[in-house]
Amino acid sequence: MAINGAAAELNIVVDDQRIRVAAGTTVAAALFNLGTEAFRRSVSGEARGPVCGMGVCFECRVTIDSRPHQRACLIAVADGMHIRTATEA
Amino acid sequence: MMAPLAGTDATLIVADVAVIGAGPAGIAAATRAAESGLRVVVLDRGLETGGQIWRHMSGGPVPRIAQHWIAQLSRSGAQVIHGTSVVDVQHEDAEFEILADSSGSALRVRAGRIILATGARELFIPFDGWTLPGVMGIGGAQALLKSGASFAGKRVIVAGSGPLMLPVAASLANSGAKLILVAEQARRSAVMRFAAGLWRAPALVAQAARYRARFLSTSYSTGTWVTAAHGADRLESVTITNGRRTWREAVDVLCTGYGLVPNIELARLLGCETRDGAIAVDAQQRTTVANVLAVGEATGIGGEPLSLIEGEIAGSVVSPRARISDALLRKRAALEIAARRMLDAFALRQELRSLPTAGTIVCRCEDVSYGAVKDAVCARQAKLYTRVGMGPCQGRTCMPGLDFLLAWQPDTVRPPIEPALVSVLSSELADDAAASILFNSSVGEAYQ
Repeated sequence: MAINGAAAELNIVVDDQRIRVAAGTTVAAALFNLGTEAFRRSVSGEARGPVCGMGVCFECRVTIDSRPHQRACLIAVADGMHIRTATEA
Repeated sequence: MMAPLAGTDATLIVADVAVIGAGPAGIAAATRAAESGLRVVVLDRGLETGGQIWRHMSGGPVPRIAQHWIAQLSRSGAQVIHGTSVVDVQHEDAEFEILADSSGSALRVRAGRIILATGARELFIPFDGWTLPGVMGIGGAQALLKSGASFAGKRVIVAGSGPLMLPVAASLANSGAKLILVAEQARRSAVMRFAAGLWRAPALVAQAARYRARFLSTSYSTGTWVTAAHGADRLESVTITNGRRTWREAVDVLCTGYGLVPNIELARLLGCETRDGAIAVDAQQRTTVANVLAVGEATGIGGEPLSLIEGEIAGSVVSPRARISDALLRKRAALEIAARRMLDAFALRQELRSLPTAGTIVCRCEDVSYGAVKDAVCARQAKLYTRVGMGPCQGRTCMPGLDFLLAWQPDTVRPPIEPALVSVLSSELADDAAASILFNSSVGEAYQ
């Protein structure tokens, strides 16, 4: 499914911050552009971010629309999407 | 005993052939099979057809060869289902039943044949600091870039091994990244020998030259590798060595990766034999399990042209009037020789075996250190004592590296091969009549 019109933007909410992102962007790319460091915290509390970019490593997991452990690299942003990372407020 | 779980309804698809993976190999296999009249369904984890190699910027240009094949695939009648990860496969009589998580819902696919086109992932060798945000795969960076990430103004080092480094460095430089260094661990002599052997494939030489031209201001160093990454909660600098001199560079992003590893988990779950870490196939791309074929990088790293040819061969093999052209077989043989030459040129140096220290985290899912596993005699023993490789990625990220470091043999594979929602695992078919069936057309004589 190709999303045409690269200029189209939509609204998402990342950790209570409302941002505009280009349609067709993955959640991982949107968070990377936002400067998010800790997509998730590891079992010992380390900050972790995307590594493989293709759904293999599970390091980019975030909570999307209340569903935890979603691989940010495999999901495209959608208008009104709420994303929660492990970034401390 | 666990309390019975309330199973949700699964969608059912009945097909003649199920192709797993929609990269070049899967596309070619599905296209040829569907053109022969078979009902073909393609399951793919990603958001778009093309796999990793043909991934493109949303709304951006698609490589011409990809356009050509994707158009053929859509004309062929094969159905592609994206956002779908295979979790388990059952085998009953002459039929397979695949269970998949399709965007959070259960999907069951019944098919008489399976063509595995599961591709490859990057080989990571752990080193101190490689878990810091900002350290990512070389292909990982390419994937992020093509899915909308901006590297503009970021200080980037690409360090690892293999031909993937050139195109990724070129696209990062093109996108405005401040590319500081491209470091190839292989010796200059080996890389030059490989490049010299490319005279048989002038298009590849021209392509390499074009890639190199895009980051001419950056040094491309052979015999050079990164030994450590430093930073607090994100990457700040890396330590680099060429064996004689060791220095440090401040960076925002380190792209690392030491080549590719075939994705063989699903094949092993099906009972297919493997050879040298890849799915073993015969001249007709058949695995050791009846009615299961395999194509592309999962059968050995060989690149896009070889993947396409293997896909075409497998798609023809499953067709009712199977006919494989001699030209295809000859091309495959030539490309297999080129692939072996590439693997030899980028052979990993011994020094990389001492990259991790005792404190280096090797398993990113369970935060298991190298010191905790390095004395184990095998993967299974290490898993039992430390949970290494037992997190969500199921060892896909750490085990190939540990295999390189410690010469472990891979452990057995058990379902689910991917983390799956309980609602997916416990899904049931409400009743076949009510379940949605993708295909209605009958191609009786084609599939017996």
